[in-house]
Amino acid sequence: MIEAKNVWKKYGDQVVLERINVSVQEGEFVTLVGASGCGKSTFLKMLLGTETPSQGELLMNGKQIRDEPDRDRGIVFQQYSVFPHMTVLENVMATKAFARKGLTGYLFGESRKEAREEALHMLEQVGLSQSRDKYPDALSGGMQQRLAIAQAFLAKPRILLLDEPFGALDPGIRQDMHALVLDLWKAYKMTVFMVTHDIKEGFYLGTRLWVFDKNRDDPHAPGRFGASITFDLPVGKVDHDTYQQIDNRIRPAMVPVPMFMEKPDA
Amino acid sequence: MKRILNLQARRPLAVLLGLLPIVLLIVVYSIASDARLKANPSDKLLPSFTQMASSMERMALQPNQRTGQYLFWEDTSASLKRLAYGVLIAAALGLFIGVLTGSIPLLGSTFSPLLTIISLIPPLAILPILFIVVGLGEFSKIALIVLGITPFIARDIQRRTHEIPSEQLVKAQTLGANSSQVIIRVILPQLMPKLIDAVRLSLGAGWLFLIASEAIASTEGLGYRIFLVRRYMSMDVIIPYVIWITLLAFLIDWLLAKFNQKLFPWHKSGGQR
Repeated sequence: MIEAKNVWKKYGDQVVLERINVSVQEGEFVTLVGASGCGKSTFLKMLLGTETPSQGELLMNGKQIRDEPDRDRGIVFQQYSVFPHMTVLENVMATKAFARKGLTGYLFGESRKEAREEALHMLEQVGLSQSRDKYPDALSGGMQQRLAIAQAFLAKPRILLLDEPFGALDPGIRQDMHALVLDLWKAYKMTVFMVTHDIKEGFYLGTRLWVFDKNRDDPHAPGRFGASITFDLPVGKVDHDTYQQIDNRIRPAMVPVPMFMEKPDA
Repeated sequence: MKRILNLQARRPLAVLLGLLPIVLLIVVYSIASDARLKANPSDKLLPSFTQMASSMERMALQPNQRTGQYLFWEDTSASLKRLAYGVLIAAALGLFIGVLTGSIPLLGSTFSPLLTIISLIPPLAILPILFIVVGLGEFSKIALIVLGITPFIARDIQRRTHEIPSEQLVKAQTLGANSSQVIIRVILPQLMPKLIDAVRLSLGAGWLFLIASEAIASTEGLGYRIFLVRRYMSMDVIIPYVIWITLLAFLIDWLLAKFNQKLFPWHKSGGQR
């Protein structure tokens, strides 16, 4: 469904990503890990359309991916991705409003009623029914992310991009969010790409784990070589019981990974 | 004894402290006024409070002998009308220009340099041009206010538009929104409280342009009256008028701040930011 053919990304002399060759099937849940500044977020932005590859081709269903955001690709950012001037319910209803053609993006009459029903159902699924009339400002970080996820899933994009969505959350709340995302992913059957700092998250959540790192490095010119995908591991099962086995089996083979996670920003 | 940096006034004391300089100012004025009036009962420079009160009574509560109008209220309504028209038109224009140049990069590149140049023109310097082009009527006074504060509001709104996190704009687009939907549902509502803040900030300049244009060419208005009675050195009228203008300015500002809090509960209250 998604195919990258020898994708490079450069900013001037600075090579961020090089020789990315991957293909992803519909319904996969890919987790992208790597040190900060390694280009994993850049790759996500290329999928989103806010960045374009400097070289190579990034295809969706055999066609060049659009270079601006659209309904095919949903996104949840780490923060700022809900609308602060709308209540929780209005935020979710806005998904329905934006999905229709029109000048203003406001819903009226029958379509408004329908959107309201759907939005209420979605809020129930993410556990925000109680807070539907609050403004995002009054919500905790975790609840704001729930709301952002609700918006994104309700739009039913073909691929969903998660850019460190739980990076700012407490560990306990993170667990709940993992369960939520997995449930929704199973229910809506979409392709998911998630960037994370937390390698455990990668094992637990994904069906597939990509590790971004530099194959070659010139210490005198850190920008000369870019990162590429150094590990492409199938995670296979996602339920919690098998996670420990997978974790134990794969971890020892990946000794460099924890060290590389510590590596300071290049 | 604590450091003076850490000493704070509690509620009743704080109010008292705040009133102190004001009371002091009034006391000093009345002493000085008394002293001058004792030396020369027809002194006009520092009129007593009773003189001011009787002048105001004449202006506000008795119809003018020649025209039959209550001058004080005529002046007030004429000035407020001009100010309201000027500020409303400027706010609407400023919002329109600011949002479009702020959210559509092509329009931004086209008009931002021009907007910067226009905002640098001292509005009073083009008052003669206004008088020549549109005459001495109401329109020229309103036009001066509009020309004076629109560039400020437009640039402020443009900057506020840029301050909206791009994540929100991208998010709306991934939900399927087109350009006009993003502007109307995501950008515009978030700018409304900012617009009111910008209006509050520009009201001071608005009063300045209002009084300046009234002083030069007018037949009624608060600014006109002050400059008219200056010829007779009627401080007993000028001082109450200045106090009245200050009070009006304060009231309008306070109302706008309240309005902002009521209307946009999601916005972190305008005053505290």
